[in-house]
Formats: sequence, C-alpha cells, structure tokens
Amino acid sequence: MAEEAKLIPHVSSELKPFFDAARNHQLAVQKCDNCGALRFPAAPMCLKCDSTRSSWVTVSGRGKIFSYTIMHRAYHPAFKAPYALAVVELDEGPKMTSNIVGIEPSKVRCGMPVQVMFDKLNEDVTLPRFRPAD
Amino acid sequence: MSLRGKTAIAGLGITRMGKNYDHSNALGFAAEAISLALEDAGLKRSDLDGLLVTTGVSYRDGLASFALQDSMRLTTRLLADVNAGGSSAGTAIAIAAQAIVAGTANVVACVFGDAPLKPPVAGAKSGGAGDAYGTLRGLDSAYGAFGANWVYALLAQRHMYLYGTTQDQLGAIAVAERQWANRNPLAQFYKEPLTLEDYHNSRWIAEPLHLYDCCIVSNGGVCVIVTSAERARDLRKPPVYILGVGQGHHPGPTLENLDTGIPIAKETAFRMAGVELKDIQVAELYDCYTITVLLSLEGYGFCKKGEGGAFAAQTRLGHNGSIPINTGGGELSSYYMWGMTPVSEAIIQARGEGGERQAPKHDIVLASCQTRNLSTHSVVVMGTNP
Repeated sequence: MAEEAKLIPHVSSELKPFFDAARNHQLAVQKCDNCGALRFPAAPMCLKCDSTRSSWVTVSGRGKIFSYTIMHRAYHPAFKAPYALAVVELDEGPKMTSNIVGIEPSKVRCGMPVQVMFDKLNEDVTLPRFRPAD
Repeated sequence: MSLRGKTAIAGLGITRMGKNYDHSNALGFAAEAISLALEDAGLKRSDLDGLLVTTGVSYRDGLASFALQDSMRLTTRLLADVNAGGSSAGTAIAIAAQAIVAGTANVVACVFGDAPLKPPVAGAKSGGAGDAYGTLRGLDSAYGAFGANWVYALLAQRHMYLYGTTQDQLGAIAVAERQWANRNPLAQFYKEPLTLEDYHNSRWIAEPLHLYDCCIVSNGGVCVIVTSAERARDLRKPPVYILGVGQGHHPGPTLENLDTGIPIAKETAFRMAGVELKDIQVAELYDCYTITVLLSLEGYGFCKKGEGGAFAAQTRLGHNGSIPINTGGGELSSYYMWGMTPVSEAIIQARGEGGERQAPKHDIVLASCQTRNLSTHSVVVMGTNP
C-alpha cells in the first residue's frame, strides 16, 4: 500500500518557532518586543509601533471563522476535495489561514467558534488546523 | 506637469485567443501582437524605440524583455519587464506616457503575452490551466491554498456574510458579461450564451465561486503602442488620448475590511484627466472573478460599499443596460490577458470599433487593472479628444 501523500511545508528560519510550538501542541504567533502587539503571518515589522524586534508567544488556539471557501479541486494528492480552507480570527486578534476539519465542509459558516488541533505530518513538522469548538 | 492629452494610443494588436497553439510560448504571442499593432498603427518595427513587456503565467521563464528585444532585433531607448501582476497593463501604459513626455522614448510598445495552455499530449496526467495556475504560496499551500481561486472565494464569502450578497447577484455579473461576449467576435465565448440557470448548474471551483465566477484561460498576446499625441494624429487610426493614469496600492489584506487600492488610483487618474465618475461613458473593469467586478463597482463609487451585489443585479450591466461595463465580455467571457483585457476593449470602444457591442457614447473611457486581490491597482482614463 502506497504511503499517504503529504505536503510538508518548508520550515524556514522565520517560521521555526511556529513549528517548534506546534510540535508541542501549542499555537504560537509573533509578539512585538516593544509594544506587545500580536501578529500573524510572520512579518519583519510591527504595524502598531514600527519596531522590528519581536518574539514568539503561545496563544489559546481559540477563535472564529472570519471567512472560508470549500475547495472543490485538489491540486495536490495530499488533499481530497472538497475541503474547507478558512481564515480564522484568533481570540487574541491575529488571523490565520488554515483548514477546518472535523466537520462536513458544507456545514462551515462565518463566525463559527473553532479551536486548534495538531496534525503530525512527520517527526519534524506538525501542522495546526482548526475544528469546531467544544 | 500633467500628462493629460499629451500622449495617445496609436496601435492595438490582438492575436487569436484561447486554446490556440499558434506559438509555443508567451514570447511568440507577444511578437505577433507587436506585429499586429504596428500594422494597425501604420508603423514599422524600426519606428519602435521603447519596449515594455509583461508575461502572464510564463513570467517564471525569465526576463522576457531581453529575449523579445533580441529576437526582434530591436534598437530601443526604453526596455523593461513590467510585472505588477494583473495591474501591469495600466502601469506599463503610464510608464510609456511618462517616458514620451519626458523625452526618453518616442514610440513605445506595451506588450503582454501568455501561453499557459499546452497542446494535449496522449497519456499525460498533468498539464493544462490547473497546473499553470496551481501555484504554491508559502505556508498557506500546506493548507491546500493553491492558485488564486481561494483568495477571491474568501472575499466573496466575506462579502456575503457582511452584506447579504447572494449567489444570484454574482451570477448576474457572469450573465451580463456573457451577453456582451456574444456580441464580440474576438471573445472565446462569442457563440455560447449563458443563463442564470447555467451559472447555478456549473460546477463549484472554490465555493462560493462557480466555474462561471472565474475567468477563462487564454493563450494569446495584446500589444498597445503609445506615442505623442502629435505623432498619433498622423498615423492610420484615430488617436485614443491618454487623459489620466494612476496607481493605488493598499497594504491589504483586502479580506480585512474589503478596502482596495481603487480610491487612490482613481483619485490620481481622475484628477489628471479632470473628470468625475459621472463623466465616464464606458468602464472596462478587471474581472478575474465576478467578485472582482462587484468590489470594483464599489471601489469606483458606482454604488456604496456593500451594495455591489444589488447594484449588479438591478442595474443591467449587460448589453443595452444602463452603464456599458465590460463591453467585450471581460476576462470572464472574452479572453484573459490580465490588464490588457480591459485596456484593449477600452481602446476598441474609444475608437468606435465595437460593432454590435459599441457603446453609443465613448468619448471618455475607463480601463482598470488590478492584482493581489484588488489591493494593487492601476487605471487609465482614455478619450477621443486631448
């Protein structure tokens, strides 16, 4: 039996703290060292105070679906259409592109509360995705 | 110093569009488009002294400007690749106009060529438009976020959520554009009508986008030749004067609050042209997706923010509607040449060469080009008088 197809993201030095946290089942975002504002995706500068110094901190992993789409074509064998692709607005503010799993894609809605789950792709890479909140 | 009326579009070349394999790559289509535009203008290859090149999906092949200059044995004073994505056409025309007014070039060819479609190969399991556009985007691709469809699907879903925009309203845009395409012999869908029922029955691509919410895929090339207003008056075709140009780049993400780069680009171009929205007699709006048209209608102020859906459905955008918008059928139904789709149709309309689809009034025509989910924008206001 062929091994299940997987799409393993490249762990860049910029995103290493994100993936380190995910391996420990924690969701991390960037935090400005100067003003404390949180941000994601990773960026070189704080949009609030222009500081370029930042660290990574863990957040609750809870949020709401900001918008979503149901992809009806899988461009890679790691995905089976239809699947839900969403932007999740975390309770702490930052927004994250991710998948919504554990629910029929057709039942996904904007505003739906979700929480993070962790999908271990291999020994090095665990990917955070989201499922409906308990 | 204003550019208003100092330069003009003197030549337009459009190759065959769609599933044609007249050339094996983007440069071939670009070269043919230049040749057609020279013929249209009554100019010779040796008259060109500026070349601005944009290749669509084929941009990964390297610097097209060098290759095209070499292959055509051109001698120029201005040579560059212009890659601002879908907004490149308006950007290139502005650069050309500025160069001509500044005296750094005299006759500039702005050309776009693309060849995402390859001839079918027996037994092949890959290829075609899906492969060409199924690009990876960093971490997002790990979530199955490939290409552009998902980006615009999220915008449409958010618009529906915030403003109650409906699938019927998106469909109305697709149907209206098809009505125009059915009057455009250059359009890939010239002979195929589309009803709202057909729209609803078409397959999902990225919900809430149906197949007919998405632009088509085209092999082809378009060239626009820009020169001084004075020189253009001596050439074969009536000059289409460049009245105003502008760019607007919003930091995005557009999804955040559905704001776009349009108001910035519009302010610059309209101020230069000395026009207001009510003066625009024909509007060619970038339409990679139906939602792009809807957000552009709002961005330019044809209707209020959030009302684009109702506006599109109630105002007949199609043939014999109240505002001639996307009169060629746009990227949804005519051909997908990035910003050269709205630009080429705007030139055709301004010249009065639109045949069955010609707008009755066409003295001031707008072509808007965008990319990066509408955060990046360029606009050209053209006119029949300087």
